[in-house]
Formats: sequence, structure tokens, C-alpha cells
Amino acid sequence: MAFQEIELNMGPQHPSTHGVLRLKLTVDNEVVRAVEPVLGYLHRGMEKLWESLTYPQIVPLTDRLDYLAAVSNNLGYVLAVEKLMGLEVPKRARYIRVILAELQRLASHLAWVGFMANDIGAMTVLLYSFEDREDILDVFETYCGGRLTVHGIRIGGVPFDMDAGVAGMIRRVLDGLPKRIADIENLLDDNRIWLHRTRGVGVISAADAMDYGLTGPPLRATGVPWDIRKEIPYSSYEDFSFDVPVLAGGDVYDRYLVRMREMRQSAQIIRQALDGLPEGEFQAKVPRILKIPPGEVFHTIEAPKGELGFYVRSNGTDKPERVKMKSPSFINLQCLERMCKGNLFSDVVGILGSLDIVLGEIDK
Amino acid sequence: MTDAAERHPFLLTRLDSAITWAQKNSLWPFGSGLACCAIEMIATAAARYDISRFGMELFRASPRQADLFIVAGTVTNKMAPIIRRLWEQMADPKWVVAMGNCAVSGGPFPTYSVLQGVDKIIPVDVYIAGCPPTPQGLLHGLMILQKKIAGSHPTKEILHPDARRTD
Amino acid sequence: MPEELTDRPDLLQVAEALRERFGDPVGAVAFEKGELAVRVRASELPAAVEFLKIVRGFNALNDMIGLDRHPAPGEGRKRFSILYQLYRFPGRLRVRLVIDIDEGEAVPSIVPLFKSAGWAEREIFDMFGIVFRGHPDLRRVYLPEEFTGHPLRKDFPLEG
Repeated sequence: MAFQEIELNMGPQHPSTHGVLRLKLTVDNEVVRAVEPVLGYLHRGMEKLWESLTYPQIVPLTDRLDYLAAVSNNLGYVLAVEKLMGLEVPKRARYIRVILAELQRLASHLAWVGFMANDIGAMTVLLYSFEDREDILDVFETYCGGRLTVHGIRIGGVPFDMDAGVAGMIRRVLDGLPKRIADIENLLDDNRIWLHRTRGVGVISAADAMDYGLTGPPLRATGVPWDIRKEIPYSSYEDFSFDVPVLAGGDVYDRYLVRMREMRQSAQIIRQALDGLPEGEFQAKVPRILKIPPGEVFHTIEAPKGELGFYVRSNGTDKPERVKMKSPSFINLQCLERMCKGNLFSDVVGILGSLDIVLGEIDK
Repeated sequence: MTDAAERHPFLLTRLDSAITWAQKNSLWPFGSGLACCAIEMIATAAARYDISRFGMELFRASPRQADLFIVAGTVTNKMAPIIRRLWEQMADPKWVVAMGNCAVSGGPFPTYSVLQGVDKIIPVDVYIAGCPPTPQGLLHGLMILQKKIAGSHPTKEILHPDARRTD
Repeated sequence: MPEELTDRPDLLQVAEALRERFGDPVGAVAFEKGELAVRVRASELPAAVEFLKIVRGFNALNDMIGLDRHPAPGEGRKRFSILYQLYRFPGRLRVRLVIDIDEGEAVPSIVPLFKSAGWAEREIFDMFGIVFRGHPDLRRVYLPEEFTGHPLRKDFPLEG
């Protein structure tokens, strides 16, 4: 009996595609031969919209890009604009930005581990990680009023000062964090089913990863120690000592481990920033109507999903000429086919989860 | 027999109350999580805000098994025919909640690719504003939906099928 | 922030090598806000990218950005530009290659050099209508196939 290849459609409405992603799979029996992602189901025309908004008006819209890590998007855009303006941000504001960005990285990774484990079948982890995430969202809500779409970073600094109350909340979160990460690791790290479903699955080599432009934890899981916070430090990251977890397996399991270890490093950074928070202003003087003389700048940061970049081009008015966002998820998703080929059909969900994509960022 | 029942409306209203009590306390959402609002919807279903105390923890992945369509997030023109098809696949009685500013009226995106409100393609029962609405906001909207269901008359739809909503 | 290219000998070397290799005029070499931008001819683009990748070790294509100068491109300027952001890891070197093209002019694709250009070029085709010669699968990436128009062009209205 001859087997033939079947074309299967996954999505755009699907519980495990992390949003409205459509995958056209070609499978031969159970083995995947080709994967073609179809995008655009969440294309909102953000870049076109940004050309008709002023520079500060764009900041809250960047929240909606990677909606699991809103502060990172704010930071990426605001740093690019400040570089274009040549604005020096006070040190206190830079430390507060680091605290917010690393808290957001924790929240994003906790949501990621919940979703990925849920997709593979370990549903308990979703409820645990979302409960831990709620504590971090409480901090954001107390600090600036927003849980998810935070708008916690403004051009020139941060919107509010970090007082002892919020700092105390953050310390309590950090105190409870090691046990919570350990809880999740106990459920998954040495779990036989987890290992079976993630070890050796979706392997990509370092050379392929660089060619495909992979960045972030998936790249660091192939052995390439590229982290923008160490490469081209921004916002005073050079003041803090932290490790960059790097593993060499290139499979789903190593991507999982890299992110779990990154969470511990983030906690370390936040503690250092809180302990060393300098006195001073939390906002630089920015004109009410912000006009930037013509120029262009390309700036990248290490967002939880990978290397997030913003290209901002100004033309002397109060609205930008062009703002382009380099989306890490868009670029990382390109190598999904490379990772899935030859694996089983049921591994596609795990590989997609390990890439940690967000459709808001992919489709803009 | 139906004539006899109609001569005693008291019986029908008691039956109505029983049916709507069952419906409103066991809505099974079809979580069409499109964008950021989907994350708040999942947070509502998680341990802290616990949507299961309303009977709604069973988020179905298939529209055939669900009766509450929560449109959570931006509906783009590309996604619109799919949303319509999903809604048509749901069996009656079904309700639709437009969660978040994008589903209500296009949100902050007056662009070439965004549908300015999901009520342009499917009828909506409850509109929940917010960008995204907090879990408390979503729960409040769902409680309003429960109140709306409690005030509906399923027996009339059974006895008079022509009065049933067919759009 | 270094004001002059001479403050960054590593970038200066790259700029000099590009200028020497691709003759005169390789176009303008600009260094602003610490970023090096080199303008090359569109036909020379694959050679320039290959030179940077193979000889100079720029092993990562960060991003490709499209620009539309309509309605006022300026004296002798063409309507569109495409920017290629390249990065060398390790080495902390970043360079921007700029090409200018007219309406209807096709650009050679760099997918054979960097696979990550595959979707980036599709995105620029989708949003600007610029055709990439030699791309293995040039179709729209965001908008539906039947959509007419290219939204990021300046003469396309926001509401569509």
C-alpha cells in the first residue's frame, strides 16, 4: 500500500498556535515534510498608523505588539527615539527601567512556560505559572495602573518614581520566586514524559540559526552566547553582573532550560538594581511638543522573545517619517519549517511553543 | 398540548426560569483569543480570578461544543470570514461577547486592515470595553450576560421557531 | 557617543574597504549618532553583502527596512530606499547598507546569502510593491493575496 502526503491545516483558530497563526502542514503518515506559516490574521497596520501619530502617542501602541512583554516594546521604541534626540536619561530612571524590563521578562517567561507546558499536556503548570505572574502584574498595577498593556516607560524616563511601597512589593515577589521556579522545575525538568517530548526534538544547529537570523533564547540554546544586554549594553545594564545561560543542544528541551535559568538571572538583576537605586530625577526634560530634527537611528534591545529593534526616521516635524520594528518572533518563526522537518506531527506544537512567538509582534 | 401550555403562562415562565438558570450557570466559552485580550481572558480563567465559579471553566476549542463566543482581540479583515464561519458553526442557543475595544469598535486601530467592530459581521450580546478589560471587567460583563440570559424566554423560541434569531 | 568615524577604527576600516572594493562612487558614507550607513548601487548590492559576510564576517542580517520618499524625493533622488542592517557577532559591529530604487525597478534578492531575508523581502514586497529578483517565493506575507495596493506607500491612505 502506498502512502501519500496529506496537507493539513492548523489554525488560524487553534488553542495551541499562540494566537491567530495558520500553519499549512504537509505530512507523510506522521512525519512532517513541510510547514508553511500563513501570517497576517492579526495585521493591524501599526507601522502605517505610527506615521500619523506623534512620538509620544506611539508609545502606548507599542504595548500591543508583544502583549506578553509590553514594557520591553516600550523600552525598545523609547530608547531609539532618545538616541535620535540625543537625550541623556537620568541614572535613576535607567535603573527603574531595568527593574521594570526584568520584571516583565519574568512575567513573559512565566506565561511562556505555562502555555508551552499546557500545549504539551502538563496543564498544572499553566495554573501555577499564571498565579505567580499575577503577583508581578500586581506590582505593575500598583506602579502605573496597567496590568498587561502597561505603558510604563515614557520618552525621557519613567512615568512615576519608584517609592518604598512598590520596592517592597518587588522584594516580596523576588523572595518568593526561587521556590516558585523550583516548583515548576520539579514538575518538568526530570519528568520522563517531558523529556521524551522535548529532548532531541526540533533541533537546529548554530550555523543554521545564525543564517535564519534567530535571536534570543532559541539562539542561546544552540551555543551562541549572543545577548544584547552584554553585547551592546543599554540603559545601564553594564552596571549589573549577571550570567547569560547558554546551552548547546539546540532542541526544545534546551530552549526550555535557557529560559528557566534566565528567570533566575533576571531576579538577580532586579535585586541589584533595587539595592543600588541612585537618587535623582526619574524623568528628563522633554518638550511638550516633541519635534526631532531629521535623522535616522536603528536600536535593538534584548526582549524576552529575542532581539527587538526599532528603526526611527525623523523629518523635523512632530511625527516620525518612518518607524519600523524588527520583530524577533517574525524572524524566529521563519525557521519553524527547518526545525519541524523530519519530526513527528505531534511535535509541531512543542516546537512552536519553544520558539515563544507572539502574533501581535509577528503581524504588527 | 402547546395550546394548553400557552393558556397557563405561569408554567411556561417556571420552565423559562429553569432553562435559563441552567444555561447561564454553565456557559461553555469558545475562546476566540485573537490578541492581547486573550491573555486577560486566560488570566480570568486562571486560579486568581477563577471563571469556573461561574461554571465557565470549560473553554472549548471547537465551536461545535461551545455556546458562548468571546471575541477577544482585534478582528482583521483577513480574519473576519473565519470569525463568521466559526459563529455559524456554533449551535443555538448561542451568545456573543465582544471583549475589548478592538472587538467593540476597532479599538485604537482605524487602519486599512482592521474591522471596526465585530458586530459588523456577527450579532453581539454584551460589549465589554477596555484595552484590555481587566479580569474583573470581563467577569462583570459575563455577569451582565447572565442577567440578560435570565431575562430571556427560551420556551417562546421553542414554541414559535419563527421568532428565533436567524441572522 | 563617538562623533567622528575616526573615533571608531573598526567601522572606519569597514567603510574604507567598501569604498575601495566597490569603487567610486560607492555612494555616500554617512556616520551619524554612532551608526555607519553606506550607500551602494542596487546592482552591486549582492556583491557588497557577500563581501561583508564572507570577507568581513558580518554574519547576521538584523533587518531590512523599506522607505518611501513620495511625494518629494528631492534633487535627483529616487522614490524608494531599502536599508539592510548587518551585524557582526562577536565583534559588536553594525553597518547599514542603503540602496535607492525607482518605482518599478527590481532589486536583486539576497536570500542565497541570508535565509532570514526570505520573509523580510516578502514584507517589503507586500508593503511597498518592490519586486525582488531571484526570490524563491515572492508573495504577500501579511495581506490577503487579493488585496490591491501597497499600504506603506505614502500615497496609500490609512483607512484603505
